[in-house]
Amino acid sequence: MTQTERIRTETDRLLAAFEAVGAERFETGMLQPAEVLLDLYGEDIRARAFVTMDPLQGELMLRPDFTVPVVQAHLASGRGAARYRYAGPVFRQQTERSARPSEYAQVGFEEFGAGDAARADAQVFSLFSAVLSPLGLTVATGDIGLLRGAVAGLETTELRKGALLRHLWRPRRFRAVLERFSQPRPDPVPAMAEDVPEIGLRSRAEVAERLPRLAEDAAAPPLPAGQSALIMALLGIKETSANALSQLRDLAVDMPGIRAAVTGFDARLEALETEGVAADSLAFEASYGRTSMEYYDGVVFGFYAEKRPDLPPIATGGRYDALTRALGGASAPAAVGGVIRPELIAELERAG
Amino acid sequence: MTLKIGLPSKGRLMDKTYAWFTDRGVEMRPSGDGREYVAHAGIAGLEIVLLSAGEIPRELGAGRIHLGVTGTDVVRDRLPVWEDQVAEIAALGFGHADLLIAVPRFWSDVDTLHDLDAVAAAFRRQHGQRLRIATKYHRLVREFLRAEGVADYRLGDSQGATEGTVRNLTAEAIADITSTGETLRANHLKPLRDGVILKSQATLFKSRQAQWGAAERSALAALLDRIGAAS
Repeated sequence: MTQTERIRTETDRLLAAFEAVGAERFETGMLQPAEVLLDLYGEDIRARAFVTMDPLQGELMLRPDFTVPVVQAHLASGRGAARYRYAGPVFRQQTERSARPSEYAQVGFEEFGAGDAARADAQVFSLFSAVLSPLGLTVATGDIGLLRGAVAGLETTELRKGALLRHLWRPRRFRAVLERFSQPRPDPVPAMAEDVPEIGLRSRAEVAERLPRLAEDAAAPPLPAGQSALIMALLGIKETSANALSQLRDLAVDMPGIRAAVTGFDARLEALETEGVAADSLAFEASYGRTSMEYYDGVVFGFYAEKRPDLPPIATGGRYDALTRALGGASAPAAVGGVIRPELIAELERAG
Repeated sequence: MTLKIGLPSKGRLMDKTYAWFTDRGVEMRPSGDGREYVAHAGIAGLEIVLLSAGEIPRELGAGRIHLGVTGTDVVRDRLPVWEDQVAEIAALGFGHADLLIAVPRFWSDVDTLHDLDAVAAAFRRQHGQRLRIATKYHRLVREFLRAEGVADYRLGDSQGATEGTVRNLTAEAIADITSTGETLRANHLKPLRDGVILKSQATLFKSRQAQWGAAERSALAALLDRIGAAS
């Protein structure tokens, strides 16, 4: 079999497995309007995706993945619950020193509007686990919901919680902001610059509005001792799921903010067992997935070929309710799904 | 074969580059008709290729010239894996300029990147669009802001007169090269305290991609000996 044939066979096998659980076929163009993607992901996506220009339609992008188009199509359909499958090439710029391809195939599965989050998470994970099981891959899992809950439960101002929540997906910045809020801030609060001309779209009124908030922030007490250490302890958890659960329960005594997420974690492990996954021994890492995709806000998972550290993850996925809400508003349906790279599977099969 | 050295074809950068080499015994002066420069250095096989300073990184990266003089800023912005493509031989001590982020001076609430990030979030809520930063150094600025964790901005392309973009309502902030700060003040802008992205100066680079035969190596050795640099 040639490599191209292997990829095609693998793609067909995965699509058939997704169809068997009721996923309908989704198709979309390779050229996507850049505006939505830029609005969601900002400059980061411009560094990763190929941007091109149409004289009439403006900026277009070679699709960097299917997630945003499938979410948009589902929202436009006005339906509540649905499952989708898709396959096709995606395009990413490779500016780092690597031999990774700029064009590669993705096969994906997405589920919208499932009522029971733990059950939907478990079903998607076990679906991926089942289709990938012949390959003997290692699994990594995480849960962004824990960190979100921990931040929401901090004893500090809403302003500071908001600043931390914005940076859940930027670990370095998150840590810097957390440290900043853990210290007293004796900074003098600036006054309006009266004699300097106002230029640009950001108005003097917007400056005037922020100045009292700076004063409020300077006066706010630092985070109570130990709260930042608790967050770092949470992020440091790297254990089997069973051990992680008991550590999380211990942490929840001092961190009421994570209690709901810990209950959800427990429910997911139970649902995974129901689906036939040995959930207790699944590797869990609290900081996993924080840099892979903004908008992942619940369970995240990845499948890796341990013997091939040169390869990117064979499959990745997770819950991204924050993305559907960003595109469809507060009442948008919940979403969980993932993608598999068939050419990596073909490569593993070729190499034996 | 000849050792090709790409030099800036106009402006102060050109004059200072020739003066720098001439001071070190590698005399360079215009040819008879003034259309091209030739090296009168007694270094066999040294050929001057005149290029615009902005083209020199590309030519070095492609290996079409062996050496080149240009700013560290353009090299780092234009060559994605610049450490693999070129090596710095000598900093020439002129053409100093900082690539930095500047905002309107009346933004008294903004002094640091932390402020810029907070203001970008508020701006996005208020105006329904990302705060625009005008620049021509897209890669450098994006990498810097990503490393610093600034979000909710977008870059706007500005190939010239960048300092005017805020007044013209095409950007809210800028990232540009400034040598004195005078232009910033004249345009009612101020630099962020921690917003220096890169300190740049004119630098002699060696291409790692060019063909380096025996003739080129010996011409390079003679040149380096004359200017007192190690390769």
